[in-house]
Amino acid sequence: MAVSAGRQIVDLREPPSWRRTKNRIMTVLMVLAFVLVMVPLGFVLYTVIAKGASIISWQFLTGSIPPNVLPANVGGMGPAVVGTLEITALATVMAVPLGVLGAVYLNEYGGNKLLAKVIGFMSDVMTGVPSIVMGLFIFSIWVLHFGYSGLAGALALGCLMLPIVIRSTYEMLRLVPDSLREGSYALGASKARVTVTIVLPAAIGGIVSGALLAVARAAGETAPLLFTILTVTTVNRNVFSGANTSLPSQIFANASSPYVGAQARGWGAALTLIAIAFILMIVARFVTARFARYQR
Amino acid sequence: MEEPEQYAVANRQLTEPAVQQEAPTEPGAFVSPGESVFETKNVSIYYGSFRAVTDVSLSIHEHEITAFIGPSGCGKTTVLRTLNRMNDLVVGARVEGDVHYRGASLYAKDVSPIAVRRRIGMVFQKPNPFPKSIYDNAAYGPRINGERSKAKLDEIVERSLRQAALWDEVKDRLNKSALGLSGGQQQRLCIARTLSVEPDVVLMDEPCSALDPIATGAIEDLMQEIKSKYTIVIVTHNMQQATRVSDRTAFFSVLINEKSDTRTGVLVEYDRTAKLFQDPRDGRTKAYVTGRMG
Repeated sequence: MAVSAGRQIVDLREPPSWRRTKNRIMTVLMVLAFVLVMVPLGFVLYTVIAKGASIISWQFLTGSIPPNVLPANVGGMGPAVVGTLEITALATVMAVPLGVLGAVYLNEYGGNKLLAKVIGFMSDVMTGVPSIVMGLFIFSIWVLHFGYSGLAGALALGCLMLPIVIRSTYEMLRLVPDSLREGSYALGASKARVTVTIVLPAAIGGIVSGALLAVARAAGETAPLLFTILTVTTVNRNVFSGANTSLPSQIFANASSPYVGAQARGWGAALTLIAIAFILMIVARFVTARFARYQR
Repeated sequence: MEEPEQYAVANRQLTEPAVQQEAPTEPGAFVSPGESVFETKNVSIYYGSFRAVTDVSLSIHEHEITAFIGPSGCGKTTVLRTLNRMNDLVVGARVEGDVHYRGASLYAKDVSPIAVRRRIGMVFQKPNPFPKSIYDNAAYGPRINGERSKAKLDEIVERSLRQAALWDEVKDRLNKSALGLSGGQQQRLCIARTLSVEPDVVLMDEPCSALDPIATGAIEDLMQEIKSKYTIVIVTHNMQQATRVSDRTAFFSVLINEKSDTRTGVLVEYDRTAKLFQDPRDGRTKAYVTGRMG
C-alpha cells in the first residue's frame, strides 16, 4: 500500500453482488425450514396439552381405568402408567446391557472380522424392521407358547431398542480417540482393561443419553404391544405373567372409543406419555453433563 | 570424541555367535553385553505388504538417552513403536528380524505384549491424558497392576509427579480434570503416568513437538534427571534437541523406490551423538545434520 499522501482505506465490506443476495436468500430459506419443522411439533404439543391438561391430576395418574361410558372426571390411567413403567424398565434392563456389549464387540474387538460385519449389518437391518412386525415376531415365538404378559411386551420393545442402542453406543465408542487407548495400552493394560477403564468411561455420557433416547422411543410404541400384552383395564403388578396394559395401548383403545369421557382420558394418557418422554430427555441431558465433567 | 571404539566393540558383540543361557530356539540368538537393553538385528517392519522400514540393526544402552532423528516418513516412530509392541495395535503391521530386549526375543510366540509394555513405557507425540482427574491419571498404571492401598497410591502419585517436575504445580488440585492443564503440564503428566509403573525403559515419540520452548526445556531437564534410573529412547524432529539431550543418535533416512513409488525407511548411521553430528561417516547424515537435506 502506498505510504505517500492520503493513506488509502482498505474496503473490507462484502462486495454488493449476487453473492450477497444469495446469502440472504439461503438464510431466509433455512429459517423457514426450521419454522416448518417446528410447526407440527408445536401443534402436537398444543393440542395434547389443550385437551389433556385439564384431566391430569394425582387421581388420574393413579386411579383405575373405568368403563368407557363413564365421564372424564371418573377414574384414571393408573394401570397403564404402571404397565408402561414396568414394561419399559424390563425392556431397558434386557436391551441396554446387550446393546452396549454388542457395540463394544463391534468397535473394540470385531475389527474387520466377518462376524462383526455381519452383526453390524444385521443390526442396521433390524433398525428398519417395522415395530408391528417385531410385535408379530414375539407373538409367534413367545406369546403363542407362554401367553400374554408384560414380559412379552418387554421382549418386543427390547428388540426395537436393541439396534438403536447398538448404533448410538457404537458411534460414541468410535469418538473415543485412539490416543487414549494407546496411552492405556502403553501402561501394560489388557484390552478388556482398556475398554472398561478408559473407553467406556470416556463415552459413558453419550452411551447413557443414547440409551435413554431408545427408552423414550420404546415407551411410546403401541404396535409391538398390541399382540404381546393384550390391553386390559386392570392393574397387573406382575410383569412376568398375565395380560397387562400400557399408556400407548390405552391411548389407542380410548381414541377408538365413541365415548367422550374415554376420549378425554385418552388425551390425558397422551400428555402423560409425552411428559414421561420429556422427563427422560431431561435426565439424559443431566447425565451427559454429569459424566462430562472431566472432559474439560 | 574418541568414543566410536566402544561402540564398535558393542557392535562386534552383536555378531558374535550365540553364547550360554539364550533360548536355543533362536538361531541367531545373541547375548546382550551387560549394558545393552535392546538389540535389533535386520529388523524390517511392514504394514500389510508395504515395507515401511528395512534392515535396522542397532543396540540401545542402559541409562543412556538414545535419539532417533531423520526426515518425515523415515520410520523413526515405527521403529520406536516396535520396541514395546505398540505396532501390534495397527491392523496388518508385521515385524521381521530379531528384536531382543534384555536377552529375550520381543516377538517370540509366547511373549505377552502386556508384559512387555509394563516394562517398556511410552510417551506420545500429542499429550494424551485420560479424561479423569490428575490423581487418577497418575494412579492409573499402579491400579491396573493391582495396587489398591490408598496410602501406597498417594505415595506413588506424589513420587511420579515429583519426578515429572509437576508436583508443585498440581498438588493443590489433584482432583481436578487433567484436561484443564496446559499442554506442557499435560505432557509432563503423561510422563508421570509412564513413570508411575517404574518401567525399565521410557520410549518418547516426539514428546516436545506440541510444546513451547519453556515446556520443552522442562521436559529435557527432566529427561536428564531420570536418566540414571531409566533408559530413554526419544524420537525427535529437532536436531538441537538430539544434541542437547542424547548420548547416542540414530539417523534414519528414506529410500524412494521410483518404480513402485514407495518410500522405505532405513537406518543410515548410528553413533555417539557428538560423533554423528560433528564427524558423520555417511554423506547423507552429513547433509541432514548440516541442514542441506530434509
